[in-house]
Amino acid sequence: MADDLLLSMQGIDKKFGGIPAVSSASLSIERGEVHALIGQNGAGKSTLIKVLTGYYKRDAGQVLFDGKPFEVTSPQQAQKSGISTIYQEINLVPLRSVTENICLGREQRRMGFLDWTAMHAEAERLLHRFKIDIDVRKPLGRLNTATQQMVAIARAIGFSAKLVIMDEPTSSLDEQEVSVLFGVIRQLKADGVSVVFVSHKLDELYEVCDRVTIMRDGRTVRSANMNEIKKLELVSSMLGRDVSRAEGHATAFAKRDRSKIGEVMFKANGLSAKPSVRDVSVDLRRGEIVGLAGLLGAGRTETARLIFAVDAPDGGEMELQNRPYRPRRPADAINAGLGFCTEDRKIEGIVADMTVAENIMLALLSRVSPHGVFDPAKQHELATNFIAKLGIKCSGPNQKVRELSGGNQQKVLLARWLAMNPKLLILDEPTRGIDVGAKGEIQRLIKSLADEGLGVLMISSELEEIVEGADRIFVLREGTLVAELQGDTATEDAVLAAMAHGTSPRTVEARV
Amino acid sequence: MKELAVNPVPKGEIRGHFDLFDFLARYGTVIALVLLLCFNLAFTRNFATLQTLNVNLTQVCTIVIVAVGMTLVIGTGGIDLSVGSLMAISGALAPMIFMSKIVPIDNIALAVTIAIVVPVLVAGMFGLFNGWLIARFRVQPIVATLVLFIAGRGIAQVITNGNLQVFKVPEFQWIGFGRPFGIPAQVLIMAVVVLLAWWALRRTVFGRDVLAIGGNEKASTLAGIAVGRVKLAVYAISGLCAGLAGLVVIAINSASDANLVGLGMELDAIAAVAVGGTLLSGGKATIIGTLLGALTIQLVRYTLLANGVPDAAALVVKAAIIVGAVWLQQQNRVR
Repeated sequence: MADDLLLSMQGIDKKFGGIPAVSSASLSIERGEVHALIGQNGAGKSTLIKVLTGYYKRDAGQVLFDGKPFEVTSPQQAQKSGISTIYQEINLVPLRSVTENICLGREQRRMGFLDWTAMHAEAERLLHRFKIDIDVRKPLGRLNTATQQMVAIARAIGFSAKLVIMDEPTSSLDEQEVSVLFGVIRQLKADGVSVVFVSHKLDELYEVCDRVTIMRDGRTVRSANMNEIKKLELVSSMLGRDVSRAEGHATAFAKRDRSKIGEVMFKANGLSAKPSVRDVSVDLRRGEIVGLAGLLGAGRTETARLIFAVDAPDGGEMELQNRPYRPRRPADAINAGLGFCTEDRKIEGIVADMTVAENIMLALLSRVSPHGVFDPAKQHELATNFIAKLGIKCSGPNQKVRELSGGNQQKVLLARWLAMNPKLLILDEPTRGIDVGAKGEIQRLIKSLADEGLGVLMISSELEEIVEGADRIFVLREGTLVAELQGDTATEDAVLAAMAHGTSPRTVEARV
Repeated sequence: MKELAVNPVPKGEIRGHFDLFDFLARYGTVIALVLLLCFNLAFTRNFATLQTLNVNLTQVCTIVIVAVGMTLVIGTGGIDLSVGSLMAISGALAPMIFMSKIVPIDNIALAVTIAIVVPVLVAGMFGLFNGWLIARFRVQPIVATLVLFIAGRGIAQVITNGNLQVFKVPEFQWIGFGRPFGIPAQVLIMAVVVLLAWWALRRTVFGRDVLAIGGNEKASTLAGIAVGRVKLAVYAISGLCAGLAGLVVIAINSASDANLVGLGMELDAIAAVAVGGTLLSGGKATIIGTLLGALTIQLVRYTLLANGVPDAAALVVKAAIIVGAVWLQQQNRVR
């Protein structure tokens, strides 16, 4: 049995400035297994992994890798010893060729010159292992996202990895790309390579993992075989309490009372921005949550950006409360009563170096400041109200937003728009990358806002969230609208079918 | 507070405990300034005199005025290389106006007023041009302002035919030599500029927008901030500040040489901003820091000169201080 163990971490402690981030944690990985590591944000997953890869020095504990004591002081060293790490983002150079990207930092030389023949051959050999057949001389940026991601993974794994750590590898992939990734994981497994898989998406774990270790408050609270633990047990172990409300519904959206939905308040007719959006028509009622479903690249975010005037459409008309709506820039959309929580919080949402209060007030400030001079006391008061109302966990309005967890950053963004008292709120992946507890809170919040009459256009890649959360679902595929589903027809299967195969005759008939 | 207890620990970093780098990045400039003052009090003869104060303040004035505009520009994540050249333009225009070379103006008070207002506005217009290139055409700030860095001094030379303008006009030179309440007029001008900018950065929507744009331009656009207009404004303000500084310089020199006015000023100003603790990548800016940064650089130079170290060597020390300040910022960023 001990021979099967590739990695054993025992009694790992790591403190930052006296506060424990990981305490007496243990993790053991067998050869050729896919091991899930889960926990809420701040549970210590990342710290434990960084201790393993030598990014942090552990305060106490023992690590055995491949039967020998394992002491590394940098991720590069860990990589040499056979532990590769893959992060969420693709850190590659799009303008350079696939070969250059794969061989970056380990170029082969002959008599002082780069040996391209050898490097191309090596790149091809490596990609072949993952059954990727592409021209390695092509610039990386010309490949589609999924293939780029695969190249990144191939580069990270190389030939010598015995253990591959994947930190939320699927968060920016659509379902098709995820299945390709899972193919790679299975391939690795077949080759006897072990995988540590960090993810917030529970369904994925069941699909691809053999065992799971759950972390909470810096401790490893439970390890189990994947097929012996129920989803509900996973969630309750992560949260450390019984989650009765998780029963029945996987999301916090209970069935809504449709009688609260009012008249049509927003219409878009034949909206286009070729090639990503083609002739998309959607409408939305007061107090309604409308879901926009589709695979990554189906044109969901692009449609939202047209509505909020981030990008300019090349066709189509919009109406807001029976009046023509022709915004030319986001400021116009905001003036008309719209809000837009973007999919990428860090890049398009928060201003990380600013405080919670400053971030909440970002859009509102100019409207409550006569002659452009604002009142700090008023800002503080408004921000404090929203912190309390949305349950934002922070030390106060003056804490820097970068120090908050993902879920709380998302709440800050919601607060920014709610402060504007909008009529229509567009939410692009409102719960992506957020731990289970905060996710439920945000879903409940969205629901109660809709109950108060707010129109919500919600984009989500999580099928459960769309199906349970939305009153009506529009499905996009390759830039066109392929289905409108509601009531009994809005099942996961129906949405999936529309996303995957496009038009089903019945739904089109229903629309016309 | 109750909320503190549930405050989630951010990945890999825990705040609230003493962090040497953070402390130095925050207060390094003040500490350096205090150390310099102590050193001088102990070793430099006649340091604790009003005259020493005046010498240092008047020498630092023009740098501070320009650096204030630069702080706002850098706060948006930009940079302005044209300030030195804009100083030369305003410095070239003013004497031509009050010496009636363009149109004869009999009333000296009127002539001087125009000679102050017009050159400053012209410099502001050129700043607006910088902002227009950057906001409208999305030219990178370093490239866009390089245009006037090169062309601006040429324009100043063309205006003056390359001639040195020498003058003696006490009414105008009041901004160099006047001493209301015993304080040099230029120090007062500097103080007003500093206070205005400090207030704008802390209490106005404009100031908040500057930092928001520097911190995250995409998020700012999506929050409805008029990013283009704010950028136009900061470069125009930088131009106005440069124009004003140009007038101070020629008033002190009683002469205007288009080849020399404001030469190298862009780098002195950027240095003051950097040493003061403003992030060169934008999003965080401190006017008081800029003031302290300029004072520190000036005091180092003074200290070395007063103790017999040649000016050339002082330049090396100045460079070392800048490297040190930027390094400290980097340390704080990485963690």
